Amino acid sequence: MASAGLALALVALMGASLCLGDYSLNLGQVWQAVFGDGDGAFVVTTLRAPRILTGAFAGACFGLSGAMLQSLARNPLASPDLLGFTQGAGLGAVATIVLVGSGDWVTAGAVGGGLLAAALVGLLSWRGGFRIWRVVLVGIGVGFTFWAGIDLLMTRGDIFEAAAATQWLTGSLNSRLWSHVAVSGIGLAVLGPVALGLGRSLDHLGLGEDTAAGLGVRVGAVRIATAITAVLLAAVAVSACGPVAFVALVAGPLGRRIAGGPGPALGPAALIGAALLVAADLSGRTVVAPMQLPAGLFTALLGAPYLLWLLAIQIRKGTL
Amino acid sequence: MSRLEARDVTLGYGGRTVVEDLSLAVPDGRVTVIIGPNACGKSTLLRALARLLAPSAGAVTLDGKAIARQPTREVARVLGLLPQTPIAPEGIAVADLVARGRSPHQGAFRQWSVADEAAVEAALAATGTADLAGLRVEELSGGQRQRVWIAMALAQDTPLLLLDEPTTFLDLRHQIEVLSLVRRLNRDLGRTVVMVLHDIGLACRYADHLVAMREGQILAMGAPGEVVTSDTIRRVFDLEARVIPDPETGTPLVIPLREG
Ligand SMILES: Nc1ncnc2c1ncn2[C@@H]1O[C@H](COP(=O)(O)OP(=O)(O)O)[C@@H](O)[C@H]1O
Ligand SMILES: [Mg+2]
Repeated sequence: MASAGLALALVALMGASLCLGDYSLNLGQVWQAVFGDGDGAFVVTTLRAPRILTGAFAGACFGLSGAMLQSLARNPLASPDLLGFTQGAGLGAVATIVLVGSGDWVTAGAVGGGLLAAALVGLLSWRGGFRIWRVVLVGIGVGFTFWAGIDLLMTRGDIFEAAAATQWLTGSLNSRLWSHVAVSGIGLAVLGPVALGLGRSLDHLGLGEDTAAGLGVRVGAVRIATAITAVLLAAVAVSACGPVAFVALVAGPLGRRIAGGPGPALGPAALIGAALLVAADLSGRTVVAPMQLPAGLFTALLGAPYLLWLLAIQIRKGTL
Repeated sequence: MSRLEARDVTLGYGGRTVVEDLSLAVPDGRVTVIIGPNACGKSTLLRALARLLAPSAGAVTLDGKAIARQPTREVARVLGLLPQTPIAPEGIAVADLVARGRSPHQGAFRQWSVADEAAVEAALAATGTADLAGLRVEELSGGQRQRVWIAMALAQDTPLLLLDEPTTFLDLRHQIEVLSLVRRLNRDLGRTVVMVLHDIGLACRYADHLVAMREGQILAMGAPGEVVTSDTIRRVFDLEARVIPDPETGTPLVIPLREG
């Protein structure tokens, strides 16, 4: 029920985003542009549709990634941007852009960087078990280290490639191509069902490890599969639109609130992630038009205060 | 006959051995109660029987086959577990929690069925929690919560049931209620039960088979009347006590001696 409502809202938002901008169109014109060959064809099919679809797919990937990790850690701070996975994917992608050029390999680079960051965070925070605050602190440290690596690469790299990388690093949907739609769409089509398939096991893990195992959940396998799927989702999203901040952090809790149940609410989280990124992109192109602000700026405006609030709560509850 | 057996198991956590070389055959169709002082390894043993903890030596067998090599989901259809400290996710409703017990019977394509609904209703009715179904678990008292957890284990509908201290947080009346429920499940439905209890008198009342543990070893086991003597109590609990017949049931009742 919640999912149906969210899906409708997302479609409406995507429709609005197709119409609005420097060059406003009405729905009829959009229809013409897509199915006929109206005036707006270039604006709609070359400029707007790719960025909107990339935003929706990548946003869904971020949302799923965050919701899975938060549910696994049973803590709302566990999102790929705070755990350093997003930054790892960013470094991998930038390294690929600088060394190989922006092309198909960027996604592979992002996946490699994301997995490397996850492995590092895992190794550095393991003390016979994981404590969430230790994982988050190590993740933040690893994240900064990877940012430093990105900066280093940018100063070393060729000016032209570095400029391309800079734009991408702000977490922007500017000048997205159909190839970005393909990468994020295929990534979501492959990883999304895996994520949703893990949903029930993640829900049971919320009852504690022993109860979950008693209900037939293969706890170790589910944990590893969840972590890897979440890293891959974040990496796909990063390779499509850069390390957009906070979407992964806020989508899960919002999704759970809207779904109203106790489970991980992965479907709603994906839809909310998609809607957030599409909305942030739309705001970036319309609020101070004709200037184009990166979507990552708007998600940060929303996400940073939320993070502070979350930290305040956890400190007060003594869980951090 | 014993579907569930521990054969020479050694159990521990990260190098520290808690239970060493222990064997236990859980008698089918009986209520087995494990007693023993705190931290002697009762929960550890129960977790190993439930496949949650892999023995570093020996094996737990279910129907003669090593339980570790049987698929988790199939084990979950045979063996239900109530851990000592279960966690309820924030905001979960009683009915939703109990419904989670049906999970091992559902597949990716086999969704919620009439049989699931019936099992949940029966579990709520048997534990007297039907009236609580709509409430959130965090709104309940400790005793109500414990009965809801038992309802979840019941909804799982397994021939074997492992309960770790199911009567903690309960007042005496609710303890008796829960234990009578366990007995009914055993007598009427033929469920095999293994549970950990603290109260020796109640353990003697409700156990067919009593297992007394200390420091990871079984010191005595058998019918309560044979196992519970002042000598066993001294060896297991370091306590001087008289054992008299319970005037109500004739089972052993432990009366600690006055100090000094
Ligand atoms: N998860 C764990 N990690 C490490 N040690 C544990 C763990 N669980 C229990 N122990 C230790 O194992 C011993 C036996 O514990 P337990 O089986 O819970 O005892 P009981 O249930 O009889 O009170 C205790 O010393 C306890 O500290
Ligand atoms: Mg215990």
